[in-house]
Amino acid sequence: MPDRTITLDDLRRVLREGAGLEEEVDLDGDILDTEFGDLGYDSIALLETASRLGQEYRIDVDAAVEARTPRELLDLVNAR
Amino acid sequence: MTRSVVVTGVGVVAPTGLGTEEYWAATRAGRDGIGQAGRFDAAGYPARLAGEVTGFDAAEHLPGRLLPQTDHMTRLALTAADWALADAGVRPGERDPYAMGVVTASSAGGFEFGQHQLRNLWSKGPDHVSAYQSFAWFYAVNTGQISIRNGTKGPSGVLVTEQAGGLDALGQARRRLRRDARLMLSGGVDGSLCPWGWVAHLAGGRISTRDDPATAYLPFDARAAGHVPAEGGAILVLEDRDAARERGARHVYGEIAGYAATFDPRPGSGREPALRSAIETALRDADLAPGDIDVVFADAAATPDLDRAEADAINAVFGPGGVPVTAPKTATGRLLAGGGSLDVATALLALRDGVIPPTPKVTPAPEYRLDLVTGRARTAALRTALVLARGTGGFNSALVLRSHPDDNDEE
Repeated sequence: MPDRTITLDDLRRVLREGAGLEEEVDLDGDILDTEFGDLGYDSIALLETASRLGQEYRIDVDAAVEARTPRELLDLVNAR
Repeated sequence: MTRSVVVTGVGVVAPTGLGTEEYWAATRAGRDGIGQAGRFDAAGYPARLAGEVTGFDAAEHLPGRLLPQTDHMTRLALTAADWALADAGVRPGERDPYAMGVVTASSAGGFEFGQHQLRNLWSKGPDHVSAYQSFAWFYAVNTGQISIRNGTKGPSGVLVTEQAGGLDALGQARRRLRRDARLMLSGGVDGSLCPWGWVAHLAGGRISTRDDPATAYLPFDARAAGHVPAEGGAILVLEDRDAARERGARHVYGEIAGYAATFDPRPGSGREPALRSAIETALRDADLAPGDIDVVFADAAATPDLDRAEADAINAVFGPGGVPVTAPKTATGRLLAGGGSLDVATALLALRDGVIPPTPKVTPAPEYRLDLVTGRARTAALRTALVLARGTGGFNSALVLRSHPDDNDEE
């Protein structure tokens, strides 16, 4: 379980830092239910993102890499 | 009939210029690109000079998503590939992906990226190693990234023969075009200017420890004392000649008319090094006689024994002073696997413009009996060029370029 609730903005920051940004993607838009693939992030990008979240917030990295959308990821890592 | 393979696009990233024309203008003028190493603090090392690509801002050329997953030299390679395709007027998205491939050369992979991640591993633990380490430091990373970016799914690979690789990659790309591929992106962009790469260079024992860019890298000169490591290279677009003409290719720079690779005998065997054999085999492959070659681009190792071996091989084939020889790389340093490819790009531009670029800074030692082009560029009618490259460990490669005046009628 993380030290505190991880927000969509936390995730946006970690995605940007760890996996960069696709030019045509508006990461600040309504992305909660957009699949990571459509945001330009492949499985390695998701692994890198989960790994960075793990360093910062003590989350379960193995569970996080299964998420398909930001909402799924946040639900998984914030779950008790 | 064997297919003729031509170069239709050139992308250059070099210490003396970003982009083909900037590089070529500097090369013709003999402008120098060697200076204090700046990508890391080299002050505490025995060698401190490098040929660095300056003024390159990766974010200007590549999407942000690629930056966290790429070493510096991969960013340079991706940019060079973009420029080569643009120069060829080819949009890969409009072509059969399985008919396009990528063959690059590499000497070390993404060492700067790798060093950073190994430091994380050592100082912070395995959780702190980037997921992108899984490929970013591999030899094959440039081939992989170029193929992903451009959607090519045809025959691909990487050649690892140190400095000879820049020619070997082009030889392999030509082979694939003669079989099943329609277009190949090929060449080398290399560099490992970081402490980890630097100590590997130093351990090789051929690095100049001089501090003056004017005297640090002087092949075929009585003052020769090793070379200056550098980064950069060239990516070329290769196509079947008839197919290139059919689609109305904007340029046909020249044909890769001959190629050969050989391996040296065991050190201390007393047998002749195999560079001469590489030259002779490449000439046979091109169906040309020594007298048909208009200029030689030398490997130019800048240690007395290797300079002697190269001069002996050239003189054995062409006779002493029998052909103009040049080594523009004295202005850039040696680009590892990028060196041979950059020399091929330079030779193609020399054929295009009828100009042999000079070997800056060098005063030729008469004992080598070479007609070395020094000082100023030399104007000459050029139809053919021979490019030589040797890789540490015994690799020798020779590649023959030939221009066909009727290929560029419409210009």
